[in-house]
Amino acid sequence: MRSSRKRKALDWVLLSLAVLGALVVVAPLLLIVLNSFKSPDDYNQGGPLQLPSHLYFDGLARFWEASDFPKKLWNSIFISAMVAVLGVLVSLFNAYALGIGRARGRLPLLVVFLLANMLPQEALLYPLYNMSKAVGLYDSQWSVIIIFTVIQSAFGTYLLTSVYSGFPRELLEAAAIDGAGRWRTLWQVVVPVSWQTLSVLLIFFFIWTWNEFLIPTTFLVSNDKQTVPLAVAALQGEKLMDVTTTSASALLGLIPTLVFFLIFQRTLTRGVTAGAIK
Amino acid sequence: MTPTKTQQPTGYWWYLLPGLLLVSAIVIVPLGMNIYYSFTSYRGILPPQWIGLENWQRLFTDAKFWTSFRNSIAMIVAMVVVPTLLGLLIASVLFDLVGKRFGGKVASFLRATYYIPQIIPIVVAAIVIGWIARPDDGALNSILDTIGLDGARQNWLGDPAWALPTIMVVLIWVQIGYPVVVFMAALARVDPELYEAAELDGANWWHRFRAITVAVIRPEIFVVALTCTIAALKVFAPVYALTRGGPGTSTIVPSYYSYSEFFQSTQVGYGAAISTALTVVIIAVSLVFLIAQRRVEQEEEQR
Repeated sequence: MRSSRKRKALDWVLLSLAVLGALVVVAPLLLIVLNSFKSPDDYNQGGPLQLPSHLYFDGLARFWEASDFPKKLWNSIFISAMVAVLGVLVSLFNAYALGIGRARGRLPLLVVFLLANMLPQEALLYPLYNMSKAVGLYDSQWSVIIIFTVIQSAFGTYLLTSVYSGFPRELLEAAAIDGAGRWRTLWQVVVPVSWQTLSVLLIFFFIWTWNEFLIPTTFLVSNDKQTVPLAVAALQGEKLMDVTTTSASALLGLIPTLVFFLIFQRTLTRGVTAGAIK
Repeated sequence: MTPTKTQQPTGYWWYLLPGLLLVSAIVIVPLGMNIYYSFTSYRGILPPQWIGLENWQRLFTDAKFWTSFRNSIAMIVAMVVVPTLLGLLIASVLFDLVGKRFGGKVASFLRATYYIPQIIPIVVAAIVIGWIARPDDGALNSILDTIGLDGARQNWLGDPAWALPTIMVVLIWVQIGYPVVVFMAALARVDPELYEAAELDGANWWHRFRAITVAVIRPEIFVVALTCTIAALKVFAPVYALTRGGPGTSTIVPSYYSYSEFFQSTQVGYGAAISTALTVVIIAVSLVFLIAQRRVEQEEEQR
């Protein structure tokens, strides 16, 4: 057996390199954590690598208050959760028709959905901006929710359709024999069987929407409607942002997604793989 | 298998209705309008005026436009070439060596670490690197001073020679975890017996890597290269957050150029031409990838 073979010197060298690489990757984050709890004077005297001489929370507090962080956090949660649920719902309906129903025009429609996901958002931005003003949804979180529901579900439709193309026909036939219509079959057979894929989509739509920047920054102009990434970007270069407050702002921008990552790490890595293989 | 009377395929169309309405209203119609804008003079207030190909002619002689696409090539190096190559290397070291000799837990812990930057908002990732690269009191310059390399300190984002490389570092950092995760999962498909046979034949690690590993996970390499290339062509947030395309035009990219035409210069027609050109490039690149992939697959089958 290979695994029981003795570890050679070269193995240790390669392991060290892999660990070193991982350290390089997390180093910027560690620097941010280290320096968010320092006063600017402390930073200027000790430099970026010293431990704080005393713990200093003013930078965090200042950014927290200036950005009204709890409000931003709630906005991000609300928008991302709405998009996740609505996006999965639309993907589910689309894929039910295309993958299981084999609706006519399947291939051209899939191309349209794929294209919708590939397009640069700038190619839609100005018309959407005009349209949102025309229907009174400019500076409303609903404009962002609707747009991302469509963009995310375009990807979801593509992925789910390929999953549903291989859906066990026996299950569908059994449901039909039991007298279940399409609506009941969808909710009582298809959704429970494919729940794993649906939950992966739910989690990805949430985090993707959370991390979006261009469309939220264009449509959400009022301060109290903005999301966490916008709040972090908006205050850069402001007077109150001394060196350690800037670091603290980045830290507060990182924490929510890092927490999310720790909770859903398994699902996320499984999902990346599924999305890549198609 | 034959559809019964209650299960004619047409009956499923109802389920497509919401999705089709939404994708028409949010993607197809706006895309058409944007293409239309690209043939007009439009300042955002008065209705667009048809001017034919004027914007497009201007595009072809606009040095800033060509610079923006030249910078896109730098983004492709940072988001596709480097992460794919490094990712292949890291994934095979983690899977083949760390996973097998030091345990799966160590390997998946390291994999998760490499993946972390992928999960943070890209604009926040940019601000993290931008914070380290601050000109006067930034961590990078302070560290250079401390180790006696003060000659190497730079205005990383303010110097036209360094701004683009600094943004590339942000993108490499953000991107590296994606190929690592995808390739590690793909490597699980490689039959270990193939390796053992190759080892008995005296093939060294590099030979095995090229002949077996790369061949088996080629589909994933294609997918990673394609999705990352599209993402690289669309890069916006780091440029917006760190340099706004500057200094000068040294970090301008097509998406930021069209955005600034829309909302700063209010040359909406011209911005629409830039974003339409970007769309065409993205579609063309994707088609080239798909055709190349099909060709490689056919060659494989013929062997």
